[in-house]
Amino acid sequence: MALKNFKSKTLLKTPTGIKGLDEITGGGLPAGRPTLVCASAGCGKTVMSVEFLVRGAIKYNEPGVFVTFEEKAEEITTNVASLGFDLDKLVRDKMLKIDYIHIDKSEIDETGEYDLDGLFIRLGHSIDSIGAKRIVLDTIESLFSGLEDQAILRAELRRLFNWLKEKGVTAIITGEQGDGNITRQGLEEYVSDCVILLDNRVINQISTRLLRIVKYRGSLHGTNEYPFLIDEDGISVLPITSLLLQYEVSKERVSTGIPSLDEMLGGKGFFRGSSILVSGTAGTGKTSIASIFANESCRRKERCLYFAFEESPLQILRNMKSIGIDLKKHIDAGLLEMHASRPTLNGLEMHLVSMYKKIKQFKPKIVILDPITNLVTVGSVSEVKAMLMRLIDFLQSEQITVLFTALSLNTIVNEQTDEGVSSLVDAWILVRDIESNGERNRGMYIMKSRGMKHSNQVREFIITDNGLDLVDVYLGNDGVLIGSAREAQQLEALTDARLRKLASNRKDIEITRKEKVLNAKIASLEEEFESLKDELNKVYVEEELKRSVIEENRLALVQKRNAKTSDNGKKK
Amino acid sequence: MAKKSKTTEKTYKWELRLYIAGNTPKSTVALSNLKRYCETHLKGEYRIEVIDLLEKPQLAEGDQILAIPTLVRKFPEPIRKIIGDLSNETKVLVGLNIRPLNTEYEK
Repeated sequence: MALKNFKSKTLLKTPTGIKGLDEITGGGLPAGRPTLVCASAGCGKTVMSVEFLVRGAIKYNEPGVFVTFEEKAEEITTNVASLGFDLDKLVRDKMLKIDYIHIDKSEIDETGEYDLDGLFIRLGHSIDSIGAKRIVLDTIESLFSGLEDQAILRAELRRLFNWLKEKGVTAIITGEQGDGNITRQGLEEYVSDCVILLDNRVINQISTRLLRIVKYRGSLHGTNEYPFLIDEDGISVLPITSLLLQYEVSKERVSTGIPSLDEMLGGKGFFRGSSILVSGTAGTGKTSIASIFANESCRRKERCLYFAFEESPLQILRNMKSIGIDLKKHIDAGLLEMHASRPTLNGLEMHLVSMYKKIKQFKPKIVILDPITNLVTVGSVSEVKAMLMRLIDFLQSEQITVLFTALSLNTIVNEQTDEGVSSLVDAWILVRDIESNGERNRGMYIMKSRGMKHSNQVREFIITDNGLDLVDVYLGNDGVLIGSAREAQQLEALTDARLRKLASNRKDIEITRKEKVLNAKIASLEEEFESLKDELNKVYVEEELKRSVIEENRLALVQKRNAKTSDNGKKK
Repeated sequence: MAKKSKTTEKTYKWELRLYIAGNTPKSTVALSNLKRYCETHLKGEYRIEVIDLLEKPQLAEGDQILAIPTLVRKFPEPIRKIIGDLSNETKVLVGLNIRPLNTEYEK
């Protein structure tokens, strides 16, 4: 309830319908008030104002009047037809009125007092005839060149803007950028509610259009310069700051297509919707990794969008065939789409927007950018980073997994370059050359992988006719061995094993033989012992026998004597 | 409207049109000034059409009227416009390319 009351007191806004602009302005231009859009020639003032009217008419059902002081109605219609705006239709539907006000100084003489009621009446008539809610004056500064009496003109302009406010129409007034002032004729003096500045800057021979809100009375607004571009769908402004880190996360994993790499990533691969960076020096197989990832996604029947900035699609197809990956069939099946463009084709923003659009159209699950390094030729590192950040943000909000490849140069501190995106990405795989024993080999390791257990091991990364594989590096007495050294070491180990086996076999035989010998010895000794025992026993028995015989004899003797004595006794 | 008058009425050597917006002092001054100049220099050869844009706003577009009052010389061609209350006689005459009546208008 309280919130509702509060809302009604805040500034009402008229949405422009221009992609991104409403986000920056927090809802649009101030409703019922004039907004000044100023720029130097060729920045898109007219396009922006026409789009404001067209979107207003189509999206928000608000009719609009386009008052032009520069171009004729037909010219405007033709010019914006290339942006997909059908002004004629809107005019027929009474949603738009184009009023061309022509001033030719050579036709006009001035004498005495006058005012611009004629203009007011014209505008009023145009507004009333279609019930317009929006009006554009493009560019009213032409009046300054057409009329001599500047004092009257300025007074009349002030009256005009007040009149527009009273009329309650949301107006865009365009103006040429001036030296020192925002506009050449100081229009900002009259229009003070909202001022938008457009700029067209050429850096490294590539032009970028930028939009900045200089002021917006009574409203929060983005204060940065926002790149925007004009393409066949009109204007798109791409705010970074409007993006929040609030997207859903997935626990689902996607396979990399290389089983042994999956193994390194906790056995399952990357998280869905995560961003992955594969960086490495030249010729380390980054594109191969990317292609295999694409291939794997297509095998799972998930759409994949591949942006190539270095090679043409056909080149990639041919090259990947050599390692046993057939991407052609996925393209035919409509699962894979490849877009190749030179980075220098257009500015970063244009790239970003064209990617946005293609992603929106194709709705892929996986997006690959190969490589992002080349984009630096178009913008500075920080610009590339900003662009990638926005791209990653966008993709993550859509739950799209993205894989970048990046070329790192050996000469610079290669672990921390990569356009500074390493802090943006969720997983970072580094492929690098390891040079030893006169050969180059590829080593791969996982620099980081957020939120999962991952191997800290360096693996040797080999490219075969059947794809990619990772081999455990050989940890020998001499340290980590790779490439042919590893193979040699493995062979040596094998030979060793064979020899050892042979040796141990011989030893076994020896042992059995020894055993036999010993056993024989044991037997003879036992025999000997038996005979000795017998011998000893014999003596013992004889002695025993002798003793028993003696005993017997003694007993017999004793008995005999006893018998004699007893007889004697009886006789007694 | 102009066409209609041309066909039914006599064609004048000078066809002038004065755009006003209501009876403002400026408009009244302009009209009286104009009538005076014409009577002096173009007697019998002119026609003045006064258009009140408050009544017929749609006519403002045709002659590209911005300022009020505006005097438009429809004929002879080319079209000339004079804005303001026409207080400066010489300027108006030069602007309309009017010579004093006694000298013939040269084509």
